[in-house]
Amino acid sequence: MRLTRRILFGAVASVMALGTMAGAPQAEPRQGGELVIISTQAPRHLNPAVQSGIATGVPGTQIFASLLRYDGDWNPQPYLAESWEWADDGLSLTVRLVQNAVFHDGAPITSSDVAFSIRTIQENHPFQTMFAPVEDIETPDEHTAIFRLSQPHPALLLALSSALSPIIPEHVYGDGQDVANHPANSAPVGSGPFRLAEFRPGEQITLERFDDFFIDGRPYLDRIIIRIVRDPSTMVLAMEAGEADMLPYFAESQGIRRLQGVSALDYTTRGYEGIGAINWLAFNTRSAPLDDVRVRQAIAFAVDRDFIIRALHRGTSTPQRGPIIESSPFFNPEIEPYDLDLDRANALLDEAGHPAGADGTRFSLTIDFIPGNAEQQQNVAEYIRSQLRRVGIAVDVRAAPDFPTWAGRVAQGEFDMTMDFVFNWGDPVIGVHRTYLSTNIRPVIWSNTQGYANDQVDAILAEAAQEPDIERRTALYAEFQQIIADEVPIYFLNAVPYYTFHDARLANVPVSIWGPMQAMDEVYWTEDR
Amino acid sequence: MGTTRYILRRLVYGLVLMVGVVVLNFILIHAAPGDPAEVIAGEMGGATEEMLAQIRARYGLDQPLPVQLWIYLSSIARFDLGMSYYFDRPVAELIGQRIWPTVLLVLTAQLIAIVLGVVMGVLASRRPNGPFSGFVSVFSTVGYAAPVFWTGLMLIILFSVIVPLFPVEGMTSARFRGTGLAYALNVAHHLVLPAFTLAIIFLAQYARLSRASMIEVLGADYVRTARAKGLGEGAVTFRHALRNAVLPILTVAGIQFGNLISGALLVETVFNWPGMGRLAFDSVLRRDYPTLLGVLFCASGVVVLANLLTDLSYRLADPRIRTGGR
Repeated sequence: MRLTRRILFGAVASVMALGTMAGAPQAEPRQGGELVIISTQAPRHLNPAVQSGIATGVPGTQIFASLLRYDGDWNPQPYLAESWEWADDGLSLTVRLVQNAVFHDGAPITSSDVAFSIRTIQENHPFQTMFAPVEDIETPDEHTAIFRLSQPHPALLLALSSALSPIIPEHVYGDGQDVANHPANSAPVGSGPFRLAEFRPGEQITLERFDDFFIDGRPYLDRIIIRIVRDPSTMVLAMEAGEADMLPYFAESQGIRRLQGVSALDYTTRGYEGIGAINWLAFNTRSAPLDDVRVRQAIAFAVDRDFIIRALHRGTSTPQRGPIIESSPFFNPEIEPYDLDLDRANALLDEAGHPAGADGTRFSLTIDFIPGNAEQQQNVAEYIRSQLRRVGIAVDVRAAPDFPTWAGRVAQGEFDMTMDFVFNWGDPVIGVHRTYLSTNIRPVIWSNTQGYANDQVDAILAEAAQEPDIERRTALYAEFQQIIADEVPIYFLNAVPYYTFHDARLANVPVSIWGPMQAMDEVYWTEDR
Repeated sequence: MGTTRYILRRLVYGLVLMVGVVVLNFILIHAAPGDPAEVIAGEMGGATEEMLAQIRARYGLDQPLPVQLWIYLSSIARFDLGMSYYFDRPVAELIGQRIWPTVLLVLTAQLIAIVLGVVMGVLASRRPNGPFSGFVSVFSTVGYAAPVFWTGLMLIILFSVIVPLFPVEGMTSARFRGTGLAYALNVAHHLVLPAFTLAIIFLAQYARLSRASMIEVLGADYVRTARAKGLGEGAVTFRHALRNAVLPILTVAGIQFGNLISGALLVETVFNWPGMGRLAFDSVLRRDYPTLLGVLFCASGVVVLANLLTDLSYRLADPRIRTGGR
């Protein structure tokens, strides 16, 4: 094994870190230093107000501040908002801004910028449910914004955090140009702890410390460099060789196991509760035989989720039973998993009127998968084919050469079954409802492309969306999850095993529910790199 | 035929070829299922139908295909490569940032392949049945047969991880911000592994070719005459034999240039080299038609130019071609 300075430092830091949680502060925060993050995600631009996703979210949350941020236990924390207060009727939220916050060009951040930002998000962001009930934002003074709602909207606080709601400058983006294609999206004037120094599309983003950031002494780092690396093997080797300091959103089991053995690195699986990525098998419920719940249940009983996790994912992923990520406070732990039971699967298929033919085949189906992520998608699809053959279902695995081909098939409903992975995005209103509401059956990817319609589910989700009482809301979602688990429009397989690998000398690695998609103003080096 | 007239004629042919490449690729990529708006929607985590319609309208994707082709060709005629659907930036700007890394990589690899390949071939030809000749044959076959992805990763593991001599990825270190000589040295340091990886495939061909060519030439009468005149072995090999043996190598070098560029695509992906190959690869996946077509247009231009230069160097190396064989 090669012996480098890095390993020596890493060994010392690892000893220091013994007994502490990943990301916990290990010493008095130190100013200075650079952080090199590697990512496969190439952002189109850097403005999360008009663009969702990790690629824009990670740099976007460094460049733009939001009103709130969240800790690791789902609690809102002050950020640009120093305080907030709900009206008793739940129909308005008053937010008070910090007094000293300025944009990167020195202009003060005011309530007018808040109102402009939320309007921009309402008009341009794909997550239309985030601010749908927001009818108006009043700005009685420069540092107060009052959100007026048409109905109670308990998801609002979460929608005001992280990459979901960047506060963008009205004096830059309000110049009459279309914000979705505004030139400043690639050269933003931000409000966050780091300002853009250089953006080389598809290659590298360099961010520098913003000296006038409104939190005294922050950020600790001088610079964050986000390097786009397309090949996961290269990323692993770059981390191993010490060329990069942090590898977030990493889910490739072989690389995970390899990097876990590198003594100079630490890792955490925390920080991905908010995004809640679920790997699943979706059924097209519009046509036979998958319009029959017994057939869908039979398939669920025939697939061994534990085998997928243990063998295909080398034990790096965790099981997922329902539509809400198991790390969410809304998850219903009462859901019974579909444990492998081939006899029951066969009985259900017989009952549904699909007897086996002379060759043992009952019927044929196709299965699609998202290309480019073999471990979570293609390998699982291949396994499902072999497994379903055991209960008399012949499955044809249809490869798509690229994402648009797959997305086109699924959006147009031209599929029987498809592998997919979809994000929860914190609150069910934002990332869960879209998959199950019958009003969201549309020819657009990541809507209700299963064609699943259940009036009871529609009613529960409508009620839960505006139920301010947390216990009642949790109960509604528990009921919803049970119905989905019973009716199986989707068979849930596993939570995507996102890992953050990082240099062991790095402290306060982001482990809030939004993880790396939240400002890294608290991250620091415990010693010179 | 006069050299100037010859060059002009070749350039016109080249231009026609480039337009042909663009039209053919335009039709091919539009025949593939899925559209750029889906990619942008995917990147956004979903979109409404209205958003998809807006994206399609903005980039003219709602127009009939012949109209789109006509618009594209007329903008090409004005030297406008259009806007990238994905990055919403001028394609010329994206290509401008990446063309020189690719040219640097390809030319360096070509140089390494030719020089090392010819030296190995020449040395092997002096004892065609000797152990070195055998080594060259084995090395050539393995180098040619090994997938470039595998070769690249093996070199990284060997020379970046186990023996940390060279960086794993990129054209400069992420932290590097120097200029001038320091920048050149940083780039050169990063260039070694990708250039060798790319060169190994072609090195094999040049080694085999120059070995065979030299064996044939070394048996020719004029070489025997040179030896009979008492010339040293070095002078015979390099001054008399090699000059004649090098002609087929030049021909192959020209033909291989296109293959080098396509090989660069994989090398750029493995080594995260910020070149046109990676841009083209990503653009295919993103259905970013203007960027892909722009890259293909420029790449075909480079290949046309390389072939022209090969022909010209051929005329310089062999006076018989220049004079039409008289």
